[in-house]
Amino acid sequence: MESPLIEEVLNTATKIAEAAEVFELSTQETPVNFEANILKQLQNKESYSLALRIFKAGRIGFALTNGMSSLSSSQEKSKELIQTLLNMALETSQFGFPYNFNFSPQSNYPRVNIFDSQVEKVTVEEMLGLGNKLITKVKNYAPDILCDVEVDKGTKSIHIINSQGGDVSYHKSFFGIGIEGILTQGTDMLFVGDSEGSCQASNEMSGVADRVVTQLEMAKRQASVSTKSLPVILTPRGVASAFFSPIALAFNGKTVLEGASPLEGKLEERVFNNKLSLWDDPTIDYCLGSSPCDDEGVPSQRTILINEGIATNFIYDLQTAALAKTKSTGNGKRSGAGTPKPGMNFLVIKEGTTSFNDMVANIKEGLIVEQLMGAEQGNVLGGDFGGNVLLGYKVENGEIIGRVKDTMISGNIYEVLKQPIELGCAAREVDGIMKTPHLYCPYLAVSTGGR
Amino acid sequence: MPFVKVKATIILIKMRDIIIDALSGHHADYIEAHFEESEHTQFTYHGGKLEDLNRIHSCGGNVRALIKGGWGFVSFNNTNHLREKVSQAINEARLTSGEELLSLHPNIVVDTVALQEGKEADSVTLQEKKQLLDEYNDIMLSCPRIQTTMIRYGDTKRKVIFANSEGSYIEQVKPGLSLRLTAIARKNDEVQQAGLSLGSRGDFSIIKGLHSKVKEISNRANALLDAPHVKGGEYTVVLDPVLAGVFTHEAFGHLSEADFVYQNNKLRDIMTLGRRFGSKYLNIIDDASINGLRGSYKYDDEGTPTTETPLIQEGVLVGRLHSLETAARMKEKATGNARAINYRFPPIVRMSNTFISPGKASFKDMIGDVKEGIYAKDWYGGTTSLEMFTFSSGEAYMIRNGKLAELLRPVVLTGNVFATLNNIDMIGNDLEMNQGGGCGKGAQSPLPVSNGSPHIRIRHCIVGGR
Repeated sequence: MESPLIEEVLNTATKIAEAAEVFELSTQETPVNFEANILKQLQNKESYSLALRIFKAGRIGFALTNGMSSLSSSQEKSKELIQTLLNMALETSQFGFPYNFNFSPQSNYPRVNIFDSQVEKVTVEEMLGLGNKLITKVKNYAPDILCDVEVDKGTKSIHIINSQGGDVSYHKSFFGIGIEGILTQGTDMLFVGDSEGSCQASNEMSGVADRVVTQLEMAKRQASVSTKSLPVILTPRGVASAFFSPIALAFNGKTVLEGASPLEGKLEERVFNNKLSLWDDPTIDYCLGSSPCDDEGVPSQRTILINEGIATNFIYDLQTAALAKTKSTGNGKRSGAGTPKPGMNFLVIKEGTTSFNDMVANIKEGLIVEQLMGAEQGNVLGGDFGGNVLLGYKVENGEIIGRVKDTMISGNIYEVLKQPIELGCAAREVDGIMKTPHLYCPYLAVSTGGR
Repeated sequence: MPFVKVKATIILIKMRDIIIDALSGHHADYIEAHFEESEHTQFTYHGGKLEDLNRIHSCGGNVRALIKGGWGFVSFNNTNHLREKVSQAINEARLTSGEELLSLHPNIVVDTVALQEGKEADSVTLQEKKQLLDEYNDIMLSCPRIQTTMIRYGDTKRKVIFANSEGSYIEQVKPGLSLRLTAIARKNDEVQQAGLSLGSRGDFSIIKGLHSKVKEISNRANALLDAPHVKGGEYTVVLDPVLAGVFTHEAFGHLSEADFVYQNNKLRDIMTLGRRFGSKYLNIIDDASINGLRGSYKYDDEGTPTTETPLIQEGVLVGRLHSLETAARMKEKATGNARAINYRFPPIVRMSNTFISPGKASFKDMIGDVKEGIYAKDWYGGTTSLEMFTFSSGEAYMIRNGKLAELLRPVVLTGNVFATLNNIDMIGNDLEMNQGGGCGKGAQSPLPVSNGSPHIRIRHCIVGGR
């Protein structure tokens, strides 16, 4: 990548600090938005940012600017930008956390395919066509539905260099399509939706369309449940909305180090049912969560978190790993404008052997949960999950009989996932954050208005 | 070292000419541009220590163009070659344009809005900020069974410029400040937390002198470890002003955002002005023009001046929140509620300061005849899906035989908006505004807003539990 600015920042910083690291991110994105079935807006978003981390007088300093593009700024402006960045980093370093680690040296990075040159070639007209096709297909099933659709594509380039000699860069492409539909009848509203995305261009939307049509079909009639414990099947999207946050927090090395994770001190212990295995994996080709290295330049790796119910590893960035006297697992993630922190790359829950149809067939009375609203509001740190069932269905005697409303589920992962759960045989990716099969819980607390 | 001031890279006078020039002479129904420069300071305490202190400098802008109802939007960090960016937005708008002309009715305003009163956070040194946060952190850590703490403090100084093809040009300084303190208590495998959220328009003094409050939340986190879970089901619930404010925002406020309504004819029928939503004591207002609240501003991000917007008057729907586009499509007046979180996003319809007006009931009146109910206080979070809402308390107690009884684990409340508004049977006399937190909609979060209410009582409210 031809980018003298990033090197100039590093050189200038190295002169006054003990060590320095510069993270450069440029993104270009072209989302197409449909609102209420109609094409609404085309966007082109470009962004550029430089983050500088320094070690100065034993402490960490950090500053970030998203001031201007490296390619077109004048020399005078670049100098000014570098000085601003450096001054801010020096200022914060006075109060910064004492440093205890080294920046990531040059390493061998795994080969992960995350760039598809076809993405750039997809035209706006093709993206419009895809959106229209999706809306038409869903409307064919439910003529009154109002759909918001986004078709999005773009590229992201990352370059990380540091005074340790580390120098790594990569380009990533992405392409995705998502739909949210509302069907209003009287004061009743039905929300359906699904999305799909990867690093590869696609001219297909039938997977998304089929799943939305299935949701509409299952929600055709209304059904009610009463307040009690019931068997519940979480669909892949349901699993993500209920379990992703409490799991990601519990395995976060930082939560563990602080003594706030219920899994602290429980490595090698059985914490969940032995059917449950899960890992973090940023090395799957063309998966949105993949990259050759993390945001600190540490090579990507697959990290097993739960092996047949037994807690196996936590995830770490460089700083937390040093504090915990262990090694980074390549989970240093930058979110927004902050320093790297341990974060999940891409969570994978291992498939089981039970088909969704078999799960349903074996339920006398129970629920299927597709989407929870407000699932992350309870004591997530303690493993609590729960929320309003935004989209879910009642099962009676092995049949899906209709959609439920005014219904909440709640539980705690350390109780629920110890139960004799069943895992589905067909996992799928959800929102670029995880891949999971359906999950059957023999009993979960269900609350309703009781009418 | 002296406090570093970032040198302005937007030279305003020159900028104004460049912007006005770049917007003129195009074939589009409407064009607007936003530019922004901001400085942000952020402290993060985690695990009992100051973990991160970050400084962020941002500068960027966007151009939005409208042709026959279709929008093109271009955002960038590099503000060079503005005219080309305008052309790009126009090309995009042309690709999305439909059959019919959409006539917006923008106000033409030229104004400069400077800072308001109060000790601005950017005149407080990093040393002084750290000192205060250290004190709060130490208090939390010294309380029994507090395992760890989290503190997030951020202050931002934003200078924004708005210009449109009709001749408006507005410069505004929009500062912001927010603080969230969380005390996390642990007993064996049990982890519980309690927190405090505050915010202001950059005034630092509002986060001073919180020492006894900080102690209070720490003790509550500790007490929650021994508190029982509520049994799920239907209860009479009394909400404190903070949680009732969140309820107002989540349950009703979002529903009054016209962009949810204008294209959905059925929802439009439900939200017909004149329809009854609650008792004659219920009044709900959104008002960005109140001085000094977190969601206050003089012009929204489309240059519309703000005013008080009554939403519910004596139980009847009388208004809704609009952008220029939703107002034009629904043939109503723009209310000054088009807001964008920053230059990377187009403005969309958002709330500002939303609240239930005070009624006459005292707290004692409200719980007096409740045999078994719940008093839910403080907020932990909330979200809504138009018809359905869910929000969680930070603190809750059983009400038994007209009296407050045992502390409960935090409760999650959910329900149907329409039914719940109707089920509000008492409104207190003690309005308070909640300045903490922020609002998320689409990808734009957190937007500074405030909400408020007196104590309110809701019959037949669904409470999650086990």
